[in-house]
Formats: sequence, C-alpha cells, structure tokens
Amino acid sequence: MDKIISKEEVSSIFKDGMSVMAGGFMGVGTPQGLVSAILEAEVKDITLIVNDTAFIESGVGPLISNGRVKKVIASHIGTNPETGRQMLAGELDVELVPQGTLAERVRAGGSGLGGVLTPTGVGTVVEEGKEKITVDGREFLLEKPLRAEVALLKAYKADKAGNLIYHRSARNFNPLMALAADLVIVQVEQVVEIGEIDPDEVMTPGILVDKIFVQGGCC
Amino acid sequence: MVSTQLNSKQIIAARVAKEMKDGDVVNLGIGLPTMVPSFLPPSVNVILQSENGYIGLGPLDGEVDPDLVNAGGQPASILPGGAFFDSLFSFELIRGGHVDVTVLGGLEVDAEGNLANWMVPGKMVPGMGGAMDLVTGAKKVIVAMEHTAKNGSSKILEQCRLPLTGKGVVDLIVTELAVFRVTDEGLVLEELQDGIDLKTVQEKTEASFKINQAILEN
Repeated sequence: MDKIISKEEVSSIFKDGMSVMAGGFMGVGTPQGLVSAILEAEVKDITLIVNDTAFIESGVGPLISNGRVKKVIASHIGTNPETGRQMLAGELDVELVPQGTLAERVRAGGSGLGGVLTPTGVGTVVEEGKEKITVDGREFLLEKPLRAEVALLKAYKADKAGNLIYHRSARNFNPLMALAADLVIVQVEQVVEIGEIDPDEVMTPGILVDKIFVQGGCC
Repeated sequence: MVSTQLNSKQIIAARVAKEMKDGDVVNLGIGLPTMVPSFLPPSVNVILQSENGYIGLGPLDGEVDPDLVNAGGQPASILPGGAFFDSLFSFELIRGGHVDVTVLGGLEVDAEGNLANWMVPGKMVPGMGGAMDLVTGAKKVIVAMEHTAKNGSSKILEQCRLPLTGKGVVDLIVTELAVFRVTDEGLVLEELQDGIDLKTVQEKTEASFKINQAILEN
C-alpha cells in the first residue's frame, strides 16, 4: 500500500467541521506543511486539539489567525494573542486543559480507556463539571478521552511503511496522537525504503500511520 | 556585602539555589526560575527536566537546532547523559513524583499553600500549560517571586483571590525580602534576606505568619 501522498491529496481530505489534532510544542514538532494544506483547503469550523496555539504566523497559529477554528482544546494559548482575542470576543471556544491531563486524555482516546483519574486540577476551576472520585482517601478527577477525525504528525524520518523516528524535542505529543485519530497523516523530512530503519529505533510503528507527506517532495 | 550588588530577582534565585541538592531532578518555570542554575555551587549538579520532553536540559551551546527548545520555546541544548521522550512520559515523570523540585513564579500565594499563577480573569488567560501538573506532582514546590506586585500590594495573602493553580501545594516561598515555609499551621517566616528587617516584611505581607525563633532572638 502506497502511503505517500501529495499536498493536493492532503488538502482534499479536510472538511468543514472536522476535528483535528496536531503535534507540536510552540510550533516545534508541528507539521507546518500539513497546516498550510488545511489553509489551502479553505475549510472552517475546525475543532483543534493541540498542546498550544503557538504563534500568529507559525505552528498551528495560522489556523486560528485565519479564522478556521471553532473550538480549541489546549493547555496554553498565551503565545498567540489572536487566540485570546477571539476567545474574549466570543468568536472562539477555548477549553484549557493541564498539559499532563491533555496528554493522558489523548492517550485514553488512543488506547481504549474510558478516561483517566488524575489529581491535577483538584481544588481549581479545572474540576468544574467533572466527576470526582476518591481512591484510598485521595481525590481524583475523571478526565475523559480525546480523539479526532484526523491527526497531523511531524516526524524526522519515515520508511515507506510509515515507521517513524522523531528528532529531539520535536517528539512531544506526536506519538500519542498517532493512536488517537481515525486518519493519521505524518509530515516527514525524509523517507527511506522499508528495512532501512532498525526496528529497535522505531518510535511509532507504521501500522498507525495512514499517509506520509514528504516535505519538499518525494522520490 | 554581595546582596547589594544583586537585583531582586538575583537575590531570589540565589536563595532558591540553596534548596537544591546534588543529583536533584529539577523543573524550572519560565522567567526568574531559569536564573537559579547560575547560582548553584560547583558541588551541586542538578538534572533539569524540560516539560516538552527531555531531561538534561542545558543552555544553548553552539548552533541552534530548531527541534531543540526549552519549555519557553527558546533554543536550548541537551547535556551528555540526557534523554528525550514524549509528552506523556514527561508528565508521568512530573505527576508521578519523579521530579524532586519545581520552581515557579507566582501572582499570589496564601497561608494554606495555595498558588495562583496562571490567569487573571478577563485580562490575562494564557493557560496553565504544565504548571498544574508540576505543583501537583513535584516532591517540593518552591514559589520564587517578588514580594509585592507592581502597585506595591502584597502577593502573600491570607487567601488567594485569583483562580488557583494548585490547592495546598506550596512548600516554600522565596522573595527578595524573606523565606517562608508553608506548614499545617500556616506560614512560618524562616529567614530574612540580608539587610531586611522584620518590620519591613510584616508591613509588606498581608498573610499572618509565625516567626522562626532564630529571627526573634536575633
């Protein structure tokens, strides 16, 4: 099965109202080419699941600045003033989630769990509307799974089977999100033949990756 | 006296550095807390954890690698012996008690060890990032902040007014004036910074506090 896909083919995947999760920490580890494919697809009303909304002109930020997002679920929005502006103006629904909880919710969504119990957020506004469960005398919040229709990943290298290797701190949420979406698209810097990546070095197994977009073109 | 040469933030960072033990795994918040390592004595080597996915965080050394940043998004390095991992594992370390010390800034701290540092309703809503997990999971939580707000009002309160980052999570408060320990019986003033008298601290602290015997005898 050929997983390699062109930018035009990527753009044709996106639809109005879609839920999208994307890797990245302040834009590091965000697939910039896939973000621009969404912009070119002219879709709107996206529900975006990300660690942070990066900057106005980089990371996933341009999706916010260009008004493509209806709701964002993130741990941090402070570096992109447009997110805060749209939120305060009532144009954008923002759900702020502690970063560790966000990671666990994505994990739960990708690993068949009904949720996780975390002590993070107990006694704060984060607990509002959530079920509190006491285990051995300590209170935890029930945090529910997160999934998306599409996950957009960034890896350093893939083989043609979709086995992935990430580079440095660009790994962040990418491996988690590979499990938590119906369709998983990865942007890579280079693609190699099957067998050229040592199985011991694979960080995300290729069975999780549906499509590979090679930045700068392929083969 | 050395302290006269240091500004408020440096005084705070230098005092926080004394809390670190050799081999501690430490997570530093953005801003003032990142100044702490420069005040560590040569005998104390700490291992810095960066919430975006590694241990062994070091200062930028040579060429910028766009894939290697600290938790503030700034170019950084990884030291020999370091390791990268994903965000899930990063927060397993943080929440699971594998980080010995976290140092964070604060907008408000109160006598019950509550901390508010992530939002001002209607004004500043950046989000909590990793702060709520850090204060929940780190073995020791140090708040490093200036004693008063820009308008002169105390940041150490009887009860926090801003939305909390964590409830009953703070162990130690270090300011340019004093060091307070949070105990089950409320705040205890443990130390005065060099050249600061008790009266100044009492005037600039809204919260009530007990005073360590050593200060009273001095």
